[in-house]
Amino acid sequence: MIRAVDVSRSFGAIRALANVTFDAQPGEVHALVGENGAGKSTLIKILTGALEPDAGTVERAGAVAAVYQQPALFGELSVAENIALLTERDSRRWLVDWSMREANARRALSRIGAEIDPRRLANTLSLPEQQMVEIAKAVATDARTVIFDEPTASLPEADSARLFDVVAELKAQGRALIYISHRLEELFRIADRVTVLRDGRRIVTNAIGEVTRASLIGQMAGREVDTMVPARETKPGEVRLRAPGLEVRAGEIVGLAGLVGAGRTELARRLFAEDAAALVPEDRRRNGVIGPMPVSDNVGLAALKTFLVDRVAERRSAESFRERLAIKCAGVDAPVETLSGGNQQKVALARWLATNPGALILDEPTQGVDVGAKAEICRLIAGLADGGMAVLLISSELPELLGLCDRIAVMRRGAIVATFHRSEAEPSRILEAMLGAAA
Amino acid sequence: MKWALAALAAILAFAAPDFFALANLRDLALANLATLIVACGLLLVILAGEIDISVGSQFALCGWAIGFAPWAAPLAGAACGLMNGLLCGALRLPSIVVTLATMVALRDAIRWLTQGAWTRMPDGFQWFGLGQTQGQWLLIAASAALALAMGWALRNVRVMRFFYAVGASGESARLTGIPVARVRVLAFAALGLLTGLAALLNAVRFTEVQPSAGIGLELKAIAAVVVGGASIRGGRGTMLGTVLGVALLGTIGAALAFLGFSAYWEKAIQGAIILAAALAEYWEARRA
Repeated sequence: MIRAVDVSRSFGAIRALANVTFDAQPGEVHALVGENGAGKSTLIKILTGALEPDAGTVERAGAVAAVYQQPALFGELSVAENIALLTERDSRRWLVDWSMREANARRALSRIGAEIDPRRLANTLSLPEQQMVEIAKAVATDARTVIFDEPTASLPEADSARLFDVVAELKAQGRALIYISHRLEELFRIADRVTVLRDGRRIVTNAIGEVTRASLIGQMAGREVDTMVPARETKPGEVRLRAPGLEVRAGEIVGLAGLVGAGRTELARRLFAEDAAALVPEDRRRNGVIGPMPVSDNVGLAALKTFLVDRVAERRSAESFRERLAIKCAGVDAPVETLSGGNQQKVALARWLATNPGALILDEPTQGVDVGAKAEICRLIAGLADGGMAVLLISSELPELLGLCDRIAVMRRGAIVATFHRSEAEPSRILEAMLGAAA
Repeated sequence: MKWALAALAAILAFAAPDFFALANLRDLALANLATLIVACGLLLVILAGEIDISVGSQFALCGWAIGFAPWAAPLAGAACGLMNGLLCGALRLPSIVVTLATMVALRDAIRWLTQGAWTRMPDGFQWFGLGQTQGQWLLIAASAALALAMGWALRNVRVMRFFYAVGASGESARLTGIPVARVRVLAFAALGLLTGLAALLNAVRFTEVQPSAGIGLELKAIAAVVVGGASIRGGRGTMLGTVLGVALLGTIGAALAFLGFSAYWEKAIQGAIILAAALAEYWEARRA
């Protein structure tokens, strides 16, 4: 049994979870659904104890284990040892009892019907096998609650069916299970209850028999459209970006929607390489700006074409962007890491605008910035398009896409599967396309 | 690597069987004994995902400590290792920087302590009073026993298994409940202890030790561990590999001499072997 009551959690100015109450009872599968960024991952981290809530309480009866889409086993260690590191964490023994370790591993694996030699090194296992070992770890530590975080996202069909058997087995053993998946049809096979999260809030909890696929999608998507940006008049010019099923013209903003892993970032990188578009990558801390370097150097980096740096010109360009994009900083000599998230994002944007590109690809430009900065960035993007730029906007936030884009293309499993005009774009239709046809 | 060693042995057996004379093998073993013991300790540090380049200076300091009492050597080594370990493991300072600092600082400390003079070993210390022949075999037996014990322990002592987990992923290890900081400190302290032991067993052969002892020892030992198949990124490596690495790098010079090549080739070939080991790891990583 596990219960979180009224938990909230913020990261800086971003509210990831707000007063969420969630529980799972022994012998029950409680499904958790929501769009990217709805707060599922934060809730899981709070349930497992990896993260402390800012407010609210978590009660746990017995150990909690989590099985993720990407297993994290020690590759150079055997299956038995990977399991033993957990089961022996409070052990006072000096020596390793290998035969006991193997017997324990074999017992845990057989309880979930997995036939894996416990002596094999983890890095020789296939992905489904690694997942079975992760589940065996949960069984071996006798976790009373097991959380599955998109376990089938990278599994072939047959292995998914095996996984459902294991879930049913764990449920029969009286454990409380929490199951997260974007494949909604799975939920109707295995879940007892389902909770919808949206924007960090719990929207509704229902018995699975009381919901339909369509009602879930409606609840996940919500109704609101972002009105942070006034409606724009679009006068499309020539085609600046082209991919199978996708064209972006000068003066247009085209949105790209899809689940994490649908291939949006890969498409962006391909367009960046082939069509010489400017790309402002996602996760600016890792790919976007160089933290310790001053604003001016960060802005000048991509436009730099000469062997020697013209510091005067670089400064002048940085100052002009600082004014144009309203970058709030102590000066263009300030290290980028001292700026707020929204202003860092503007620096990343300025770097590419300095190259005078004809097309701009923005990968999650408002990720991790607060509401005010978000609106400002959205207005900036609209302004760029009005000035004749072709913009491809990748975003996991539907309201943002709906408010800003002339058209929205939806990707699933590496391909564009649908395109919606502004007039026909509706949250539930887009989400429907992202999740795929009902099975 | 095993094959390289086997090939070298085969060539020698065919072209220069004298290489395998007992006296020659014994001299080679004695010459490489300190490297082997230090490499045992470095294997632990490298498995845990760290590095220590101060062992050469530690080695000299421990040699000087024997002037007071033989047991002071391992004690001094353990103290140096503990210091490195606390700085790298507890404070999480980068180990290459910390041990670069202690390498330089300890080396000059020993020069200042000795004023450049050689340190006389205590009376009756040479060969532990056993005489040369017996003493030599005792040293070889002791280091072989040490390597065997380490190999066994790396497999069967629980805390030694933690080195692999911590080196593979400190974050995963922490989430698994392994006391990551303590494991890292332990690795450095154990290396210091073993370095002191190496200095002790090495000094037994002489009446005096010099303050410049152990210069370059860290490079020899790191090279042996890496050639032995351990990953410099941590998490992978075996004692057997390390022993073979010491054997290959330590005998290549003498083998060249026996085969009639110029000794000037020794370093070049050692470098090529190290590079080959790095490439082998690259290929293995690509295959996986």
